Amino acid sequence: QVQLVVPMAVVFSPGSVPGDLPRPLPFRDVQEMEISVNLRTSVTSRYEMRYRSTTGQEEAALAAATAQEADAALHPLQDTTLGSLTMYVVPETSSLLPQGINVYVGKYRSALVRAVGSLAALQARLREVTQVMSFTASSIAAALSDRVPDGQLSPDARRYLKSSLGYEITFSLLNPDPKSHTVDWDIEGAVNSYVKPVLDKLSMVANFSVDSQILYYAVLGVTPRYDKESSSFLLSAHSLPHVINPVEARLGSSAASLYPVLNFLLYVPERSHSPLYIQDKDGAPVSTNAFHSPRWGGIMVYNVEAPASPQASLPLHVDVDMARVMEVFLAQLRLLFGLSREEVPPEFLLESPGNEGLADWELDHLLWAHTVENIATVSTTLTSLAQLLDKIGNIVIKDDVASEVYRAVASVQSAVTKLSLGHLHAAFQASKEAVTSSERAFFDPSLLHLLYFPDDQKFAIYIPLFLPMAVPILLSLVKIVRETRLHKKEPTKMD
Amino acid sequence: FQDQAEQFFRSGHTNNWAVLVCTSRFWFNYRHVANTLSVYRSVKRLGIPDSHIVLMLADDMACNPRNPKPATVFSHKNMELNVYGDDVEVDYRSYEVTVENFLRVLTGRIPPSTPRSKRLLSDDRSNILIYMTGHGGNGFLKFQDSEEITNVELADAFEQMWQKRRYNELLFIIDTCQGASMYERFYSPNIMALASSQVGEDSLSHQPDLGIGVHLMDRYTFYVLEFLEEIHPASQTNMNDLFQVCPKSLCVSTPGHRTDLFRREPRRVLITDFFGSVRKVEITAETLALRR
Repeated sequence: QVQLVVPMAVVFSPGSVPGDLPRPLPFRDVQEMEISVNLRTSVTSRYEMRYRSTTGQEEAALAAATAQEADAALHPLQDTTLGSLTMYVVPETSSLLPQGINVYVGKYRSALVRAVGSLAALQARLREVTQVMSFTASSIAAALSDRVPDGQLSPDARRYLKSSLGYEITFSLLNPDPKSHTVDWDIEGAVNSYVKPVLDKLSMVANFSVDSQILYYAVLGVTPRYDKESSSFLLSAHSLPHVINPVEARLGSSAASLYPVLNFLLYVPERSHSPLYIQDKDGAPVSTNAFHSPRWGGIMVYNVEAPASPQASLPLHVDVDMARVMEVFLAQLRLLFGLSREEVPPEFLLESPGNEGLADWELDHLLWAHTVENIATVSTTLTSLAQLLDKIGNIVIKDDVASEVYRAVASVQSAVTKLSLGHLHAAFQASKEAVTSSERAFFDPSLLHLLYFPDDQKFAIYIPLFLPMAVPILLSLVKIVRETRLHKKEPTKMD
Repeated sequence: FQDQAEQFFRSGHTNNWAVLVCTSRFWFNYRHVANTLSVYRSVKRLGIPDSHIVLMLADDMACNPRNPKPATVFSHKNMELNVYGDDVEVDYRSYEVTVENFLRVLTGRIPPSTPRSKRLLSDDRSNILIYMTGHGGNGFLKFQDSEEITNVELADAFEQMWQKRRYNELLFIIDTCQGASMYERFYSPNIMALASSQVGEDSLSHQPDLGIGVHLMDRYTFYVLEFLEEIHPASQTNMNDLFQVCPKSLCVSTPGHRTDLFRREPRRVLITDFFGSVRKVEITAETLALRR
């Protein structure tokens, strides 16, 4: 029913064209694949590929020294619509890609692919690239997780943040030992320099609001163990799940918004428990000294160096290195959204997105997943609403609820159409509107089934009231009718 | 340890909610408020924060003019355990505890002006514990001495929740007379239910306190509280142990349970899956390289 169309351009630089092309360049080709989610639902993916050779400008850009420079130079020459991809095929012997690397994925929507002898092999490699850059069967299945039969999806496939219209991000500084440490963190500056660019890039996906707070005397729920060898305190991996709970009660959240909250906590350990390191499953200390919890947020432990002399006056002044902290928090934010780079084949080289936080194709990745999820949510909501209306025959639908339903249906149809045309941006916006309207219609307070009595309950209430009253009334009516009839007959008789 | 890790991933939930409802008012129903507060206390102790608990108490016992020990609600005679404490957060109090408000909380069809603390903001990865106590009968539960909720309405409300995927798994516990009748009509998946008595039986109260002058707790919840006091956030006790709580010799009524709608086997379901809030965590292995 839903067709995901990815417009792709495959650009051959001189010397990289495979020998067995079916037709001379330029030509078009289409590859379709079906992703079946369950017995009734399936999503087809359609890659519309346009094969052509490089233009003069592109050749000049590809003559750059490194892949990064080539990527930056090619950026203005590409198709920048959301959801589209451009693959530049470079000769097998090209030095643009480092040794052992066959694919370089840039920051935008393009990749440099090393040529292979035959077209079939090249297409196999291109398929791998598109799987990384747009969507895979598992990412679509994860977006449609409530339709996948149980047991087919691994439980941790459902751990990413659900598509929502907005998210609230809260940065909290936890200082359990204010007598020993006076911690200063320039959170406003850090948010403006590091967090805002990332959130601006994500603003297409949802609205974000950022708060920050400082909590004093907030301790973690677990006592760390002292390790003599490293003379430090260690938090083992299996005690981490219990760390969050005691703190959470004090975190609070904005009373007005109903959006999901992402908490990022920076914990400065007490003087008596410093330095504190987090151990992973194998017992090795974690380099980031941080961990995160799906759909909740992340915690980072910030160790303060011991004072040079033991007689140093307490409290020690601590200036938090916000860049180091934000490197971890923003990485956690990416992981919470599902933008991990772990499942990439080894011969791929992915460009780091830098201060923007995520590459353009990663944004597309999110949009594909969220659009599909939104469409599925809307169809489930509207179907369930229709079933509710069927069950309660006398429910009253207000005009605004009805108009929301119509709007939701129109928007979701438009989203599906736009997806099949390859317009990802328009499809995502339409799916967001559809979700807003359908949620408003479904959760309207007037649709509480308690307020509508089924007909048999009405009979059950009124009949015992009116039937005993009705019996003498009916009987006297019958008596009156009989008497009038008798009365009418009598004058004729008397004659 | 590998087994423990597997246990984590088997449950599939990322957050926990609790909806605790006491439906009776009047001083002589002190035990129902004490029941609800005992479960509230256990759930908080095991990790669920107030922001994820919707506590509905139909009457105020702690500050009731007839309470000889104001600001306390005891669960055990000799006043051993004060379940009221000093950080109770009641979301729906007194006359706000109605069938309509309860159903609105469950289904989410709440007027837009309702504050966040009065909403059940669960999602498809939430495990929800619903505990109800009060006076009940065959197929209904009495609210505030003036209205009732039937088992059909409750089953329909759970179905509305399932349709909108407002829960991952749901544990329903009810401590009233003929409690098992309330879970007879459930038809939505992933619901496990426990009741303090079967149809035709009465749930009895535990012990009166001569100083306070009323019965302090109901038997079933008293023994459940004793059982829960042994649980800590890392414990591996499973649901089969909860089913054994309060046998007929102690409870006089026969507690019942229903697991046919539940996807996992009860022995694989940890108590902390519903009563606590054990989070899945992952080590953050990457950082984002930032230009300073």
